[in-house]
Amino acid sequence: MSPIAYPTSWRRPPQIIRDRRWRIAVQLGILVYLALAVSTVEVNWARVYEGLDRGWNFVLGFLRPDFTSRWTDIAKGLTESLTMTLTSTVVGVAISLPIGIGAARNLAPRPVYYLCRGIIAVSRALQEVIVAIFLVAMFGFGPFAGFLTLSFATIGFLSKLLAEDIEDIDAGQVEAIRATGASWAQVVNYAVQPQVMPRLIGLSLYRLDINFRESAVIGIVGAGGIGATLNTAIDRYEYDSAGAILLIIIAIVMVAEYGSSHLRKYLQ
Amino acid sequence: MLRIEHLSKTYRTGDTALSDVSLEVPKGQILGLIGPSGAGKSTLIRCINRLVEPSAGAVWLGDVNLVTLGKAELRRQRRRIGMIFQEYALVERLTVMENVLSGRLGYVSFWRSFTRRFPPQDIQRAFALLDRVGLLDHADKRADALSGGQRQRVGIARALAQDPELLLVDEPTASLDPKTSRQIMRLLTEICAERGLPAIVNIHDVPLAQQFMQRIVGLRAGRIVFDGPPEALTHEVLTRIYGEEDWNAMKRGDEEQARAEAEARERMEALAQ
Amino acid sequence: MTEISHHSQVWSHRTPRTRLFMWVGWLALVALFVWCWQIMTRDTIWFFVADAPRQAADIAGRMVPPRWSYLGELWLPLWDTINIATLGTIGGVIMAVPVAFLAARNTTPSARFLRPVALFVIVASRSINSLIWALLLVAIIGPGLLAGIVAIALRSIGFVGKLLYEAIEETDQSQIEAIEATGASPAQVLNYGIVPQIMPAFWGITVFRWDINIRESTILGLVGAGGIGLKLQASLNVLAWSQVTVILLLILATVVISEWVSARMRHAII
Repeated sequence: MSPIAYPTSWRRPPQIIRDRRWRIAVQLGILVYLALAVSTVEVNWARVYEGLDRGWNFVLGFLRPDFTSRWTDIAKGLTESLTMTLTSTVVGVAISLPIGIGAARNLAPRPVYYLCRGIIAVSRALQEVIVAIFLVAMFGFGPFAGFLTLSFATIGFLSKLLAEDIEDIDAGQVEAIRATGASWAQVVNYAVQPQVMPRLIGLSLYRLDINFRESAVIGIVGAGGIGATLNTAIDRYEYDSAGAILLIIIAIVMVAEYGSSHLRKYLQ
Repeated sequence: MLRIEHLSKTYRTGDTALSDVSLEVPKGQILGLIGPSGAGKSTLIRCINRLVEPSAGAVWLGDVNLVTLGKAELRRQRRRIGMIFQEYALVERLTVMENVLSGRLGYVSFWRSFTRRFPPQDIQRAFALLDRVGLLDHADKRADALSGGQRQRVGIARALAQDPELLLVDEPTASLDPKTSRQIMRLLTEICAERGLPAIVNIHDVPLAQQFMQRIVGLRAGRIVFDGPPEALTHEVLTRIYGEEDWNAMKRGDEEQARAEAEARERMEALAQ
Repeated sequence: MTEISHHSQVWSHRTPRTRLFMWVGWLALVALFVWCWQIMTRDTIWFFVADAPRQAADIAGRMVPPRWSYLGELWLPLWDTINIATLGTIGGVIMAVPVAFLAARNTTPSARFLRPVALFVIVASRSINSLIWALLLVAIIGPGLLAGIVAIALRSIGFVGKLLYEAIEETDQSQIEAIEATGASPAQVLNYGIVPQIMPAFWGITVFRWDINIRESTILGLVGAGGIGLKLQASLNVLAWSQVTVILLLILATVVISEWVSARMRHAII
């Protein structure tokens, strides 16, 4: 073999930004941003140090939760949260069905499509907590405002995914049913429903899970549920009760996740 | 060079993949391992570098028994064994060069490999190997930008980068078209001949095995049922290995292409002398 | 036609048994709904509910016209909000990476002990909304940006950890095997075999979470954890609805822009 001088060094070529100057500029930009961002964080170290004690108390409370002394409050909050979750999911799904179908390009006429897409956009753009603030102001404190908030949020979530599902269905099946002379409602019933039903059930269960988690949050702004109880417990520095509430939330979410994954497997 | 003694493997599920396999591969020999799927070919190859842990027996590479080694020592010995995979098993998102250099991982410290600062002689060797397999211009490409044949060439270069004393080759052509398959097999056999490198090649394609292998071992249900030169693979022997499977149809279809490859074989023989 | 007369004249889609089963299921759901509804609305004051449209009209009347001059006071809190989201995401990702490797079946050093712990960390972090984390942290370390950043980081661990450990479990085993076969050490196998495979997922998840965190950090101020939410809280307290309009529009614009940025970045990565 003739001796060929192969190079003895090799650098990995840059993969994303190939131009050297751009790369340096981007790296520099990131550094400058991080420096600026960190400098805006004013930390009162004395306060943090003072808080470490309370933080430790919280950890202890979490490890030795107190379910009993505030049990009536916890039970009330939990009942509100759970009932709120279920009713809002049912109502939300029921309203999502027509809106989801209306927001599917392949089924709905143009004006209906734009209207439904508009509703979805509004529902998704607004944070649950902000919606809850407004609804509490209108309907008064308590779980009814929470129920409305979660129903409203469910509509945006479910209609969008449902509409995307319907748009993704096999067009051949729709045409086959349409070719038999079926009406619009019959097309929806025979060609669309069987294809999206399993996903719809799965999404509804998933939303049930999300609604429970959210129900713990909107209570902070007065919309009832376990969040309100938690807020009170933290305000009173009762970390053992707060720990108990958090553990209950975690346990319910775990059970819901486990249960819904099983139910989905069973239904499909 | 390689001596396998009474090797057995029973999986946790209770399936016996290998029972009492003994085999010796001298330096420079290319051995083809044939047999129906599920006969234990893949398990046998993986038991040698212990990607699969054997249940019993010994594997002697030179005078080291690989089966009894601890983790660290096993890693050191694995450097001596190059492996080539069926689906190439390249790290798709790394460049071709990084894939070849990954063959040196057992020789360099973590820090060097992490910063991609391999020793100059390793880089030089990697370039030479890429040139040998005909991919010198592709060094900076990502592995997933290559065709199947090219990827397998990178796989070969990676195995050779280890500077191995033995090659384990697992179905090197299973994912390739017939023409590329022959090119890859020819490259493999040439390289083994150049370096006097012994190789165990798992191969499901009997005509291809007959054409390129110096020795054939037939495996059936975890046992060796044939061991001999390719010419001895008669109809009766193949029936013993494969059962009543219609391997003849496969053979006929390949005959034409095999003739075109006769020239290549002659070249091989010239090299071997 | 006599040959087929013995066939049933009634065709039904499902067997009677499954139909019965479905009816019972639906009935149970309706009953459960009614029962839950009654419990939930037990303390509802229907007078307020009936009065809601008037209240809504009242609030809407106060919200317009927006008090645009207030915008000048909002830029600094907005900058804080973006910093909370970004620094929180970075912190969360840094903590999530080791958790994900401990939780993934193929990389965990101990499936008996460490994996369940890692999975619990993920579930705990995912179950608790960042607003609740903020509530806790404000009580512990005091109000301010730091509480917000830590809250976002703690909430991000679960999200990033879960998606990342699923990505680790989905890696191609043969690529890892090939690196092992070269005699590489476990750290090298991680570096060459696993990390390159999960890199696109990693960046995608991080940017996705950053986008969500921008949304979430806009409201953290409601409990005192800094950012634009503080201004929202202040305006709500004095019932300055015309300022609330300006804040909400600004939040909306920020969210839309961050969604656009995140979509572009994810597109560039994949």
